[in-house]
Amino acid sequence: MSLSNLDSLRYFLPEGIVALTILLVLGADGISRGRRGGLNAAVAIAGMVAALAAAVTQIGMPSTFLFMGMLAFDPFGVFFRVFFLAVGVVVVLVAHPYRELSREFTGESYAMLLGVVMGMMLLATSTNLLMIYLALEMVSLPSYLLTGILRRDSKSSEAGLKYVLFGAAASGCMVYGMSLFYGMTGTLDLVELRNALAVTDVPGSALMVATAFVLAGFGFKISMVPFHMWSPDVYEGASTPVTAFLSVAPKAAGIAVLLRFCLSGLATAQDGAYRAFYGLDWPFLLAVLSAVTMTLGNLAAIRQENVKRMLAYSSIAHAGYLLMGAVLLSTEGIKAITFYLVVYGLMNLGAFLVVIAMSADGRRETFADYRGLGWRMPLLAVPMAIFMFSLVGLPPFAGFVGKVYLFKAVVARDMWWLALIGVLNSVVSLVYYARIVKTMFLDEPGESPLPLPRVPWMHVALIVALAIPTFVFGFRFGWLDRVSSYSLQILSGS
Amino acid sequence: MLSWITFAPLLVIPPILLAPRSRPNLIRWLAVLGTAVPLVLAGYIFMTYDRAGVGINEPESFQYVIKMPWLESFNIQYYMGIDGLSVSMLLLTALLSFLCIFASWGIEKGLKGYFSMFLLLEVGMMGVFCALDFFLFFIFWEVMLLPMYFLIGIWGGPRKIYAAIKFFLYTLFGSVLMLLCMLALYFKGGQTFDMLQLMQGNYDSSTLTLFGWTMNFARVMFIGLFIGFAIKVPIVPFHTWLPDAHVEAPTAISVILAGVLLKMGTYGLMRISFPILPEATLWFAPALAVLAVINIVYGALCAMAQKDFKKLIAYSSVSHMGFVLLGMASGTSQGMNGAILQMFNHGTVTAMLFLLVGVIYDRAHHREINGFGGLMSRMPVYGSFTSLAFFAAIGLPGLSSFISELLVLLGGWKNFPGITVLCSTGIVLGAAYMLWTLQRVFLGPLNEKYKDLPEINKREIFTLVPLAIMTIVFGFYPQPILNLLRASSNHLVELVWQADRLGIR
Repeated sequence: MSLSNLDSLRYFLPEGIVALTILLVLGADGISRGRRGGLNAAVAIAGMVAALAAAVTQIGMPSTFLFMGMLAFDPFGVFFRVFFLAVGVVVVLVAHPYRELSREFTGESYAMLLGVVMGMMLLATSTNLLMIYLALEMVSLPSYLLTGILRRDSKSSEAGLKYVLFGAAASGCMVYGMSLFYGMTGTLDLVELRNALAVTDVPGSALMVATAFVLAGFGFKISMVPFHMWSPDVYEGASTPVTAFLSVAPKAAGIAVLLRFCLSGLATAQDGAYRAFYGLDWPFLLAVLSAVTMTLGNLAAIRQENVKRMLAYSSIAHAGYLLMGAVLLSTEGIKAITFYLVVYGLMNLGAFLVVIAMSADGRRETFADYRGLGWRMPLLAVPMAIFMFSLVGLPPFAGFVGKVYLFKAVVARDMWWLALIGVLNSVVSLVYYARIVKTMFLDEPGESPLPLPRVPWMHVALIVALAIPTFVFGFRFGWLDRVSSYSLQILSGS
Repeated sequence: MLSWITFAPLLVIPPILLAPRSRPNLIRWLAVLGTAVPLVLAGYIFMTYDRAGVGINEPESFQYVIKMPWLESFNIQYYMGIDGLSVSMLLLTALLSFLCIFASWGIEKGLKGYFSMFLLLEVGMMGVFCALDFFLFFIFWEVMLLPMYFLIGIWGGPRKIYAAIKFFLYTLFGSVLMLLCMLALYFKGGQTFDMLQLMQGNYDSSTLTLFGWTMNFARVMFIGLFIGFAIKVPIVPFHTWLPDAHVEAPTAISVILAGVLLKMGTYGLMRISFPILPEATLWFAPALAVLAVINIVYGALCAMAQKDFKKLIAYSSVSHMGFVLLGMASGTSQGMNGAILQMFNHGTVTAMLFLLVGVIYDRAHHREINGFGGLMSRMPVYGSFTSLAFFAAIGLPGLSSFISELLVLLGGWKNFPGITVLCSTGIVLGAAYMLWTLQRVFLGPLNEKYKDLPEINKREIFTLVPLAIMTIVFGFYPQPILNLLRASSNHLVELVWQADRLGIR
């Protein structure tokens, strides 16, 4: 059922367009050298929109394996490709007028961003361990560069270096784990791997070690505890548009590859329910990690004074929520994850857009700078409040519905302890999310040391455009429900 | 009908936001309009409501029902309807919201925001009392949180931020537990959030494993829901948010908080916990009775120790809500009737008390009970209203609270005689702190500082008169309210207590 290389190209159109756009952006950079780089941004956006259109038209096409079983084309993959492209478009739109980034290297940074997008698209569709590794590196390497691109900023350089070191260690672990799998089964293909594991008598401990090593690589991307240490520093050091991008897209890619690896490589599917192999309790391992991740992220976020850092820790907590869905081995869990990812993308990008607007000249990153914003710039503050309450998971906002999906899936599997830890974490998260709202609305403006930023109208429009669905999906989510029901189908062969 | 009563305030929010800032009275009158519509509709419901309707678990006897699918894949419905449990609460909410707009006439800062939030709050309150789908109920329940947070946090007193976040955290903690229980019941009760269908399920034989302990499913659910509701009531030891929130909230919000929000906790227990989990209710009833005593006596003792006028009333609410709990735990129809009637009466009386404190605070800018004295000679009208409210709160015969407290005590006597005796000491304590306060504020020599204090004005009198009339009329003739709730309340008692004895279940 796997297509040959030439036949596969038809399904590969979105990736092809992105690859072409990378070249075009570099070419355009040569033309627009010295100017503000509007051309580069325009090319990047046009390319991604074209790829997005191509990806959307592929909805409904039958699932199949591509390139001799290297990639899978399935609704799950289509969902993630559309997701990454959409996030990419939003980030380029806000990054363009952002002075910090556009001062130098505009062409390169857009090209690298597109490279990350392309890597993620491949990562979400890979069904071969080698391909997974290559795609993961393709996501990682440009991410390191994007983080460290602000040459004159020592924080940025430090963050970039930290990111490289952690990333190298994590991917080293992952490759080692993959080699163990190869040694045990003699194959790199996920489907064959599963079939081989089902028949050969592999010792459980060896399987556990190999799985743990591979999870290290994915966990690094998701910023799962204990592989999360890089993320606060990287998020704080990188320029804010890059942070916004890193906090949403690679995390989703990590979740996607984790799901695909676990569900088509380590579990058998029967009538929509997955069963993990006997002797390897990876769901329990992941469940514990998920609980630890969300608790640690939330507790650490409370103490932050820098809003970017706070959002970094909060995104660790959200990784924990997302992981809850991954351990359930149920289609409902996957559905909850895709639903939550869309919602999380909306609200977290939205929150970062507000932070970008505030810190456009590299200042105004602490809580104190948001004092009284509610009365001075309601167009920024009201959406920010919506994003914050949605991140807590309060109705009538989308974040609430997303959490209901997740908790419902957890409760359906009778994992009460996980559900309890999850909901208590939501209460903890209120402390720091509400703190921003408090600072914006409840505190008196006082004497602000910094003048308010000038925000381009398009930026404000984009924030409002993200706030509206964050609100509307809170009570009208039938459409999103259908999207996630469609996207839960993972092609896992026979 | 119920959609209109719930969402009418929402329709007024856009015009309020668009109204010019320079015309504050326009904004105020728009808000009056927003709350007048539900009031008129509530009046219509009061006229046309069929007093024989049973409700609780019988879908056909709910009234003004609206039932529409909302999300099929989740089996969530937009399902609203009222029965005897909710109708009196609906009337109370509509009335208090309307009066509170007038009580907030003096708000100057962020007028638009204030009234928008207030109207949003009313939407949430109405929705909670109308919803018959658990999911819908939960949404409305949570929708109240945000406006309340802002109303206390922006327009409150000196420690408003602390009080607002404390209220928010406590309530959210309770509601996430409720969310979990809701989802658990969804799966055990046949994949539905419809409360009436959930009542058909039998949850007692199921078990639940948490951290390796196996427990009775129904009891765990009951405890989970109970904590959620108990925080709202508030039942000691979950009450510590209440004095802070009350003291810091602006007058009108205190009124809503005490008059309506506290009732939601007990309403939730009656609407959801009791009929869905009857076995667990029987198991928990003695504990509930004990908690009732603690609430009554502890609340009264705390009230006695207060120096702040508003805090005193806040603690007296804790004490009075204890009577509602005793009535609910009693397992008799008198007790249950009394409990619901007490919810209504406490709503009117305590609203009066908070309005009155607001009046004096607006003039003197403090609430120290010991800082006044002899006000009766300066403000006779104000003094008379306050005396009436105080006597009603004590439960003086001839005023409304007397009837409900009497019913509760009569009902409680049957199953928990010892506890009921202890509860009745609460009335004595209540008399003690109320009369003592009355004496310190109004009698004795006039405090010279306040010899020029202006008398209560017409707008303030307007907010008090309807409540005062109700307090007196229902003191002699409680039938209008009792008739509304009797059928449902008796049915609830039968459902939980009698059915078990007769071996129907």
